[in-house]
Amino acid sequence: MARAVTTPRKALNTAIAWTIGLLIFFPILWTVLTSFKTEAEAIANPPVFLFFDWTLENYGVVQERSNYMRFLWNSVIIAGGSTILGIIIAVPAAWSMAFVPSRRTKDILLWMLSTKMLPAVGVLYPIYLLCIELGVLDNRYALVVILMLINLPIIVWMLYTYFREIPGEILEAARMDGASLKDELLYVLTPMAVPGIASTLLLNFILAWNEAFWTLNLTSVDAAPLTAFIASYSSPEGLFFAKLSAASTMAIAPILILGWFSQKQLVRGLTFGAVK
Amino acid sequence: MFMKTVLRTTSAIALCASATAAFADGHSPTITIATVNNGDMIRMQGYTDQFTEETGIAVEWVTLEENVLRQRVTTDITTEGGQFDIMTIGMYEAPIWGSNGWLVPLDNLSAEYNVDDILPAMRGGLSHDGTLYAAPFYGESSMVMYRTDLMEAAGLEMPAAPTWEFIREAAAAMTDRDNDINGICLRGKPGWGEGGAFINAMANSFGARVVDEEWNAQLDSEAWATTINFFNDMMQESGPAGFATNGFNENLSLFNQGLCGMWIDATVAASFVTNPDDSEVADSVGFALAPDNGLGPRSNWLWAWALAVPAGTQQQDEAMQFIEWATGTAYIEMVAENEGWANVPPGARQSLYDNPNYADVPFAQMTLDSILSANPNEPTVDPVPYTGVQFMAIPEFAGFWTEVSQEFSNAYAGQQSVEDALANAQNIVNEALSAAGYQ
Repeated sequence: MARAVTTPRKALNTAIAWTIGLLIFFPILWTVLTSFKTEAEAIANPPVFLFFDWTLENYGVVQERSNYMRFLWNSVIIAGGSTILGIIIAVPAAWSMAFVPSRRTKDILLWMLSTKMLPAVGVLYPIYLLCIELGVLDNRYALVVILMLINLPIIVWMLYTYFREIPGEILEAARMDGASLKDELLYVLTPMAVPGIASTLLLNFILAWNEAFWTLNLTSVDAAPLTAFIASYSSPEGLFFAKLSAASTMAIAPILILGWFSQKQLVRGLTFGAVK
Repeated sequence: MFMKTVLRTTSAIALCASATAAFADGHSPTITIATVNNGDMIRMQGYTDQFTEETGIAVEWVTLEENVLRQRVTTDITTEGGQFDIMTIGMYEAPIWGSNGWLVPLDNLSAEYNVDDILPAMRGGLSHDGTLYAAPFYGESSMVMYRTDLMEAAGLEMPAAPTWEFIREAAAAMTDRDNDINGICLRGKPGWGEGGAFINAMANSFGARVVDEEWNAQLDSEAWATTINFFNDMMQESGPAGFATNGFNENLSLFNQGLCGMWIDATVAASFVTNPDDSEVADSVGFALAPDNGLGPRSNWLWAWALAVPAGTQQQDEAMQFIEWATGTAYIEMVAENEGWANVPPGARQSLYDNPNYADVPFAQMTLDSILSANPNEPTVDPVPYTGVQFMAIPEFAGFWTEVSQEFSNAYAGQQSVEDALANAQNIVNEALSAAGYQ
């Protein structure tokens, strides 16, 4: 029998949850608000919260100076491409690790994750030289492959965790009914793991969207995504916080909207298997 | 069905990409320029269409934050990536990269360009062995910017060339903690180009030097201890809270809000603090030379943002055309005509300072005097084996001086003593120079 939660406790929990949520969300809110201020209001002391002369001027300046749609399109291709490619490779890998593990599966999983500990700058020159040799510097598809490789350990780990929650007997039953390996993966395993796959897709899309080391270092004009767009508004000599905020808002807006509409799937996927 | 859709979509994307590539190929030559997001650079981007109209050469801009830009262009130039046809670099990189053969020498500039008009300090700082490797777009030194009203209220008068003792006394007199007025705002933020640049230039005026003639670190000298203690004590007395993390932008923000009595920083800031659209104190700002201690060198630095052509470019002629256009006198006149003389890129050409129209700009003469008073060939009281005022023109400097400035910032923040910071700095510099084979 579930334990009854008292009203005061419920209220306290709600208040704590809202406080934490607002604290986390505040920097984003502040960025959005600053984007509607003048540069002078952006640095005003004490800071102005809501009562200022709202202006769209910063968005106009950003739009005039930068080709936002080109950056956006590049972000969509790079983040979307790397995520889909990653899933295509990771599903069979996670399946084999979850359902036909070997003695070394755990070690392989740990080793895969350990590659995330390598500082990216340590391999910048080799990767850069490789891109020059292959003629793929400032190329979206090169970044699709690189970001896919970077995020692959996380994708495999996440899928492995979800697949482990699916009883192997179900797959066995499918096999006894004559399902081939492809059928097993496509028609039995994948539909059952949809919440997990969806949350993996979303999380890795966000990771790839926000990736700001390789996307800055391997692009210049043609393949530069929104991370490069934001970086172009950061200035060491000059106060352009309002314009930087406008650029940031434009860069995070698509991912915020995506997150908003897919939050149910995201939460479902992240808590998948947490409660049996 | 699914596979068909995928194939159709892929084909459509490939078709669009090919069409775009074909469209681009059929157009005028395009040069790619990597630059920083500074006000003058952004202004230059706004005039790019004029250049394209005049020459038929299209321009693509890659604008990045200063440190990202450094990393990005360094990677590209050392690997001959060929991503950029022009790079915006500083006085630190130009002679080092030039000596490595990474930059195209600017020795074929046209007669109309009048290379002799470039200020000698700028030309010298951007050259190696007498060859110019980058054309200055704008140059800067550092100077004192102060509130004339607060100075008057304190019963003091700012000399044209103040001493550090006067600055400290004036800072204390102008400080009004009840009204959040800080007597002085200075950079304490870690980073060789932030607090590291300021403290190095200041140390020059105290008779300190980073290394002796045999490249042995001198951070354990009395002069360095005096410098850091003087800076720290003055800032604790009269500086803003959290000054250990304040850089150019933080101090600019404080000054523009009327919260600083004095600010010693880049001369290029003068146009920001006197702009009534951004500054609440625009009509009460005075200028003076950076302070000294009567030992010879003042505490001002010398810097230029300049345009250079990487050796790997395939479009050298087009790049040279752009450099002549952007750093020539006609560009300055065009900006003056459209936006006023206060907004032209300063500090690069003598003819600008000979122009009577520019003489009316309140900070013009002090900027020139500051630039002329910096000597990158003899920056310190005692001789040193390097050139550069606030930096040493060697590749290792940026790395070890960033670490040193972090040690100093920790001392300003009270996380360690000044003595410990200097001892650590001494080790950092010696280790770096020894590993690089200087010692």
